[in-house]
Amino acid sequence: MILLEKRPEPSRAWAVATPLLAVLLTMIVGGILFAALGKNPFETIRTIFLDPLFSEFAWYYRPQLLIKGAPLVLIAIGLSFGYRAGIWNIGAEGQYIIGAICGAAVGLALYPMESRFIFPLMVLAGAAGGTLWAMIPGILRVKFGTNEILVSLMLVYVAEQILASMALGAMRNPEGMGFPGSRNLSQYPSAANLELVAGSGMHWGVVAAFIAVIFGYITLSRHIFGFHVRLSGQGPRAAVFAGVNPKRMILICLGISGALAGMAGLFEVSGPAGQISIDFNVGYGFTAIIVAFLGRLHPVGILLAGGLMALTYIGGEIAQSNLGLPGAAIQLLQGMLLFFLLAVDVLTNYRIRLSQRGTV
Amino acid sequence: MSLISIKNLTKGYPGVIANKDVSFDIERGEIHALLGENGAGKSTLVKAIYGLVKPDSGTMTLEGESFAPAEPRAARAAGVAMVFQHFSLFDAMNVAENIALGMENPPPQNEVAARVRSVSHQYGLPLDPDMIVGDLSAGERQRVEIIRCLLQDPKLLIMDEPTSVLTPQEVDILFETLRKLASEGTSILYISHKLEEIRSLCDKATVLRLGQVVGECDPRQTSARDMAELMVGMVLHVPTKTDKPLGDVALTLTNLSAPAPHQFGTRLRAINLEVRKGEIFGIGGVAGNGQDELVAALCGEMPTAADMVKLGTQNIGNLAPNARRALGLCAAPEERNGHAAVPDMSLIENTILTAVTRKNLAKNGFLQWDKARSFAQEIIRTFDVRTPGARSTAGSLSGGNLQKFVIGREIMQDPDVLIINQPTWGVDASAAAAIRQAILDLADQGAAVVVISQDLDELMEVADRFAALNDGQLSAPRDAASLTIDEIGLMLGGAHDLEVAHVGP
Repeated sequence: MILLEKRPEPSRAWAVATPLLAVLLTMIVGGILFAALGKNPFETIRTIFLDPLFSEFAWYYRPQLLIKGAPLVLIAIGLSFGYRAGIWNIGAEGQYIIGAICGAAVGLALYPMESRFIFPLMVLAGAAGGTLWAMIPGILRVKFGTNEILVSLMLVYVAEQILASMALGAMRNPEGMGFPGSRNLSQYPSAANLELVAGSGMHWGVVAAFIAVIFGYITLSRHIFGFHVRLSGQGPRAAVFAGVNPKRMILICLGISGALAGMAGLFEVSGPAGQISIDFNVGYGFTAIIVAFLGRLHPVGILLAGGLMALTYIGGEIAQSNLGLPGAAIQLLQGMLLFFLLAVDVLTNYRIRLSQRGTV
Repeated sequence: MSLISIKNLTKGYPGVIANKDVSFDIERGEIHALLGENGAGKSTLVKAIYGLVKPDSGTMTLEGESFAPAEPRAARAAGVAMVFQHFSLFDAMNVAENIALGMENPPPQNEVAARVRSVSHQYGLPLDPDMIVGDLSAGERQRVEIIRCLLQDPKLLIMDEPTSVLTPQEVDILFETLRKLASEGTSILYISHKLEEIRSLCDKATVLRLGQVVGECDPRQTSARDMAELMVGMVLHVPTKTDKPLGDVALTLTNLSAPAPHQFGTRLRAINLEVRKGEIFGIGGVAGNGQDELVAALCGEMPTAADMVKLGTQNIGNLAPNARRALGLCAAPEERNGHAAVPDMSLIENTILTAVTRKNLAKNGFLQWDKARSFAQEIIRTFDVRTPGARSTAGSLSGGNLQKFVIGREIMQDPDVLIINQPTWGVDASAAAAIRQAILDLADQGAAVVVISQDLDELMEVADRFAALNDGQLSAPRDAASLTIDEIGLMLGGAHDLEVAHVGP
């Protein structure tokens, strides 16, 4: 009989090892899944996890890794503050959309003026848009005790409707022959988030993601605010005793995650995506939740996890085009990663003991 | 023949032996005390009898037959009932519904209610089956648990620390009930660390220390001090109090009132109080009469009007906890795990929890880990906290050691006013003595201390003045030296609706 026995203290070794074990289990079960779909499991796993880095077309995929990874890391760092404090913002996707719309609106309103202040202004507008969108669940929670999980999630679908309306109406390109979608911001020099080094994939969003990792690391490990964030999550009553105002903590944490998600949206719309379109959002806001947990809510872990998730995105696309793997299978693989992580997480706090007799 | 006989019972957990070769017998109609410090193995032993824990070796016989209950249901069927220290009742349901929930085949509600009425009358435990449990006092809730057991008509009734939530008058009523049960042939296994109670109630006592039986005695013939030293295994240090003149008023409460913070909370009603420098003010009362709310209002978790709480001459009623700490008011709440300390965090982090302001553990908002660590180590050294080091999590410490750490953390911040709720709750006797001595020393150095406790002996030991908290109201303060336990009992109130058991059939 297998017994779970609580460890006197959480194991540090397992805290590091469980994400790796989760990746391994995902590869194994994913392989079985691919085999059931009639694909060669080894080839598929290799295509998803190794080809983006080491195949002959890696020169094309490697910059993509930064482009896909940056928004994931940026959003996940913001989410990790809330998750550490026990505030569950599930709606980063919506904050990402609204950030993109607000930032793009500034750029489009000033078109075709050229000024070096336009792009920074758009970044601020993006952050502000994301923050405001996140304040809706925040204020409802603080004032009326609503559940921020439900409200933030539902607001994603509201944001998607606003996005569609913008792409078809207010923000539609007047010179676009009636096609939906805004002007292409990446072709408007003052508003474009272009590659900083040609061919590297490095754009301002990547820079912002690295800054966010450093900021997150220092705040959580060195600053009293980060301490209060952790306190709120691990001992809400103790946090109040330590002088934390729980309502203010909710608003600040939602504000941080909203601002970073909004900025991620802006960097995307002004760079890789280029325009506000109906299908602008591709789920970064949801995948970032997995990234945040896969990275143990630790900034450095999130950086690594963001890279891994970007890999599965790119590898998944290769597998779709080269091996004809259905897109849903890739999403399943990403979901599996979170599932296994949460499952093996139990090893951090418990050890497994085998007992001969069935004593409890 | 004994009712139940336990032979060489051993139960080990990884790293600890909870019970080792424990043997004792309980006679029919006997009130048998099981005595021991926290961690002595009392709980494991009774859990084995109640079928919650399966012993590694050893045998039990009940009425001459082998008894090895696999689960509590089997124990109950065999005639063993248990009243736990922590009640398992649903606040939102009424008494009869709660009792029916614990039955294997509950009869209709009105029949349960009728049986509750008759049993409660028979044993002098008045209880209205239609009352909502959330509205009951702790003593009344305990009666629900007891009546739930009595309805099973048990041969052996196990009671785990039953008096910790009762007023002295309620204790008397409970003891009458237990004596009546014993006279009818029910055996009672009574677990406690309160020696005077055991001396007045029990026929026989088995003393456990570190999982082993270290002695048996007749509590009526043995002094409380002898039993305590048997229990602890060493000579106890009794805290000493010195007489000294009091200083200026340090803490003033003026008509302190606050609404109940949640549905089952207590409203604070116009509390007036003055505590002087060098004075220890004791506040007694049964749990749930506003202790938590009073601490919250004093430490700043629950702000009130500014002039309701005054520190020296300054109004602080509207200030947040850290602003109050900066001015010199520190507090130690009752619940160690999750309120006074965070179990999953290290002792260093738990030091920062309250000491960041007064010990300057942050510069421009950036934490100074070195300083925090050395302060944590200082607390560990000064208060003899048994732990591998400051990096250990608070959750890895035993209750007594964590409490020493929590109290030490506040005392070593050198506060002008210290508020402590339940300083020695669930703490072993030697740690409790050390904590009480530290409180007395702090007052000697000129701090005003407010000690809130349900342990009246403790309050009598440390307090200069005493008042009782009853339903959010504070009684007029009295000099502790001139009070008897009976008078205190009356001050604690809640005795109005009680009656003594109807002795006889």
